[in-house]
Amino acid sequence: MNKPILEVKNLTRKFGDFTAVNSISFAIQKGEVFGIVGPNGAGKTTTIKILTTLLPPTSGEAFTGGYNVVKQPSKVRRIIGYVPQLLSADGSLSGYENLLMFAKLYDIPRKEREKRIKDSIHFMGLDDSADKLVKSYSGGMIRRLEIAQSVLHRPKILFLDEPTIGLDPVARETVWEYVSAISEQGTTVLMTTHYLEEADAMCSRIAIMIRGSIAAIDTPENLKLSVGDKNTTLNKVFEAYIGKSIDSEEGGNYKDVSRTRRTARRLG
Amino acid sequence: MYQEQDVLQEDLVEKFHPFTEILSFFRKTLVITELEVRKLKHDPTELFTRAIQPALWMLVFGEVFSRVRAIPTGKFGYLDFMAPGILAQSVLFVAIFYGIGIIWERDLGIVHKFLASPVPRAALVTGKALSAGIRAISQGIIIYLLALVLGVHISFAPLSILGIILVIIISAALFSTLSLIIACIVKTRERFMGIGQVITMPLFFASNAIYPVAIMPDWLKVIAHINPLTYQVDALRALMLIGGTSMYGIPFDITALLGSLFILIAIAAKVYPNVAK
Repeated sequence: MNKPILEVKNLTRKFGDFTAVNSISFAIQKGEVFGIVGPNGAGKTTTIKILTTLLPPTSGEAFTGGYNVVKQPSKVRRIIGYVPQLLSADGSLSGYENLLMFAKLYDIPRKEREKRIKDSIHFMGLDDSADKLVKSYSGGMIRRLEIAQSVLHRPKILFLDEPTIGLDPVARETVWEYVSAISEQGTTVLMTTHYLEEADAMCSRIAIMIRGSIAAIDTPENLKLSVGDKNTTLNKVFEAYIGKSIDSEEGGNYKDVSRTRRTARRLG
Repeated sequence: MYQEQDVLQEDLVEKFHPFTEILSFFRKTLVITELEVRKLKHDPTELFTRAIQPALWMLVFGEVFSRVRAIPTGKFGYLDFMAPGILAQSVLFVAIFYGIGIIWERDLGIVHKFLASPVPRAALVTGKALSAGIRAISQGIIIYLLALVLGVHISFAPLSILGIILVIIISAALFSTLSLIIACIVKTRERFMGIGQVITMPLFFASNAIYPVAIMPDWLKVIAHINPLTYQVDALRALMLIGGTSMYGIPFDITALLGSLFILIAIAAKVYPNVAK
């Protein structure tokens, strides 16, 4: 095994008495598309926030691209791209301006800037709407723009937090295609999702996260085998790990629900 | 889209010189300001609606009080005395609610993306503060037009105008950074609006904006002297009016304002990452 590009050791994060992430450990190799799946409130977003330096861990260590997220945050920030779960493109700017501002903030040299922006607008299929205000975009277009923005500086690791939440099935598949293309070009991807068919279609390995802990971590095929049937769906695997009592597990708290619905409404 | 597999970002990780760091800080600050100004260009309606309040103060309050002659304003008429005060007030009002935008960006997720980028926190904060300064200049233009119509004795000396622009930018940056700090601490719109309302009026009334400090009771004088708005008004009054004079000296006023601004920016850069938690 090579040295992993991302490594997490006994990572824990508490909010008061509540333990959002409970001593998790895993490692990701370069080039992987790694998925974290789990119900709302499982600790997926908290994990991503720690790995992207937004939130300090309560204990344990995390290395993103070999850099310690607590001790070397500015080095981590240079080599990552991040698409938050919430809507992060600026609606009062045009698509082009959203990209231009980030190109400048990431020190992309002037002579290369225009070409990169043009290429990424074209790649994401946004040629006709680049000069329109993002307010007027559809949910799928906004997500594509956000992904374009997050890879403009050619990050080594791309973090996608629920990239297809609130999108219709067609827009969702388009996002999958673009993420696959980015992965094929050598970027390591870490994504969270609660759509299991999405994890199955895209991820080389999956961690199932429940109540802050990792219940299982393996390739989709092996996870299916682990419940005794390689032709089963990930849904069944998920149910086997999480227990059938979906009611008591799922849903998160009032804040999670309102936040998810709000995001869904904005994107939809 | 990845034709040339460049190692640009990694090169930048390795390079570290204090001088290039400082240059980069100013460049990033200006990019954040540019971003805010571009937003304003797409939708400038806000600038016009903001003109209504100062117009009311000048036309109603100013006209009435210049008739009753209740306030000792020395050699100036009351409208002359009050015009720089109202300019300071409208700068304060524009800037003090600036933080609501941060809460809005937090609810959306925009803040998270900026905080996960390599842009220094202080540059994010200073860039926003400067853009508040640019917004506030539009207020200056509106007050100058109103004051002209009302016959205020305005000085149009180029140095005065330059000084006015400088004072407006510094004070708007100062109060918008204060607003940003409050937003980062309270995190919700409702609480923010409450606190904004609560601090605006005391800041305004415990200053020399519409009456001189000399007529205040002693306890209020003390507050007025630690209120940055007092020094803003003092500098504006000296620069804006023909024959205007400063109580504390313009260099002292500007030093007081800049000093407060630096302290607030340092605090803001510390608390700003809290909005993403």
